[in-house]
Amino acid sequence: MNGFAASARSGLLTRLLPAALGIGSIVVLIGLVEALIRLGLINRFIVPMPSEIFLAFPRIVVEENVLSRFTLTISEAFSASILVAVFGIAGGVLLHRFTLLRQATETWVAAIAAAPLVLIYPLYLVIFGRSATTIVMMGFTAGVAPTVLKTLEGLAGTRRVLINVGRSFNLTPSQQFWKILFPAALPTIFVGLRLGLIFALINIVGVEFLINFGGLGQLINELSERYDLAGTYAAICFVVLVSICVFVLMERLERWLRPGD
Amino acid sequence: MAEAGRLSATTGRPRRGLLRPVTALRVGIIVAVLATWQLLSASGLLYRDVVPSLAAIAVALYATLSDPTFYFHLATTGYEIGIALAIGGMSGLAVGIALGASKLMAKAYEAYLYYLGPTPKIIFFPVMIMWFGVGAGSKVAMGAVSCFFPIALNVAAGMREIDPVLIRVGASFRANTWQMVSKIYLPAMRYPVINGLRIGLGVALIGTLLAETKLSNRGIGFLVIQAYSLFNMPQMYSLLIVLFVISIGANALIGRLGGLRDIKQS
Repeated sequence: MNGFAASARSGLLTRLLPAALGIGSIVVLIGLVEALIRLGLINRFIVPMPSEIFLAFPRIVVEENVLSRFTLTISEAFSASILVAVFGIAGGVLLHRFTLLRQATETWVAAIAAAPLVLIYPLYLVIFGRSATTIVMMGFTAGVAPTVLKTLEGLAGTRRVLINVGRSFNLTPSQQFWKILFPAALPTIFVGLRLGLIFALINIVGVEFLINFGGLGQLINELSERYDLAGTYAAICFVVLVSICVFVLMERLERWLRPGD
Repeated sequence: MAEAGRLSATTGRPRRGLLRPVTALRVGIIVAVLATWQLLSASGLLYRDVVPSLAAIAVALYATLSDPTFYFHLATTGYEIGIALAIGGMSGLAVGIALGASKLMAKAYEAYLYYLGPTPKIIFFPVMIMWFGVGAGSKVAMGAVSCFFPIALNVAAGMREIDPVLIRVGASFRANTWQMVSKIYLPAMRYPVINGLRIGLGVALIGTLLAETKLSNRGIGFLVIQAYSLFNMPQMYSLLIVLFVISIGANALIGRLGGLRDIKQS
């Protein structure tokens, strides 16, 4: 009994120690920065005190309408993700359906996925104007290629035995797709969607910042132009937290879809 | 048969019957896209110059490539990306090795890197301007911050995949830390390191160029945003073509030099 209790205690310690070390290091770092700024060793006009940043949070939430900006960014991301899902999955299905088209264009799609597409935002500014459409289209452009590639990978990776089962039941091509191929490929398609949506969100916030329009990205730009240092740092922390939350949420959803992994 | 297939794949010699329609389709797609572009340009359906003619883009491309100032801007961006990759790469390598070598360190800190990695780095640019000024320093910092995360995470993952026998061999020869890093760890995890560098180069390029478009008076990013400000669309298209060719080429070159293609095929 004592041995069991000791091993449980040691297991708990093994689990808690790394988390405590990670959180403890961050707390110590924040405390050190606060102390160095108070001692004048770090210029407070370049790096605001962590306590000031912490106090700036409620201020930016109330005065800068963070919630409405957050809603705007999320709605842009949602619009982009609908486009990414529709065109990305359709593109992947098309490439899977037509082998010749796949052989001819798969490397091109991979090259597009690896290209620094966000750099075409000035072009979108000319075409769509300084508007939410530019931001949504930029998110869509960044997210569509990985979704196409992952959809294709998922459909092409369907187990032969499942396809043969469909054939043995004399399924029509449409039934074969909806009852065999698509459900089998769904977990991989979701990986592509997750990647696509993360790329879309990164680009949406980035372009909002660059063109000074829209939601959270614009907030950071405005606060920095006003030289509101504590507010700028707080807004950056807020955006980082939002991205982490979206990332974790997508990861959870993906795990729920692939329970075996 | 499988060996023959592998041989033809590794030598890159295509089977005629298979590749001909593929090549024909590729040429067909390119011709169709160019023809649509030209028709759209001539139709006047879009605002004037938003879709310039192919000839105008070709002339702008020639003018860009034959202009010595373009190479000055290219060298500036290349210098910034090079320094960013060196700083971000070295720090990413050091952190990755530290995380990969210790389970405690990995459990304590790797999650933070993992979740901070996919955040939009450009939002840190105002901070970088405060810390490093409006010159090349802030662009280098943007590039370094961008490439640090994928390199550190790839190196940490690579460290964990090293065959324990190799580590025991190093220990049995009483290799010191530097010898372990240079003679065991780095050679054994060259593929993840090179893959991390390849991804790191891509994101460093994006970070640096985006920072140049936001606030700069030199570099390719500055040229792109200047072309936008002057509504010089042919020049903007020509610069984007050059940028994409350089970035995709650099990506492929690192992958090929590092032997990433061979791993995929083996």
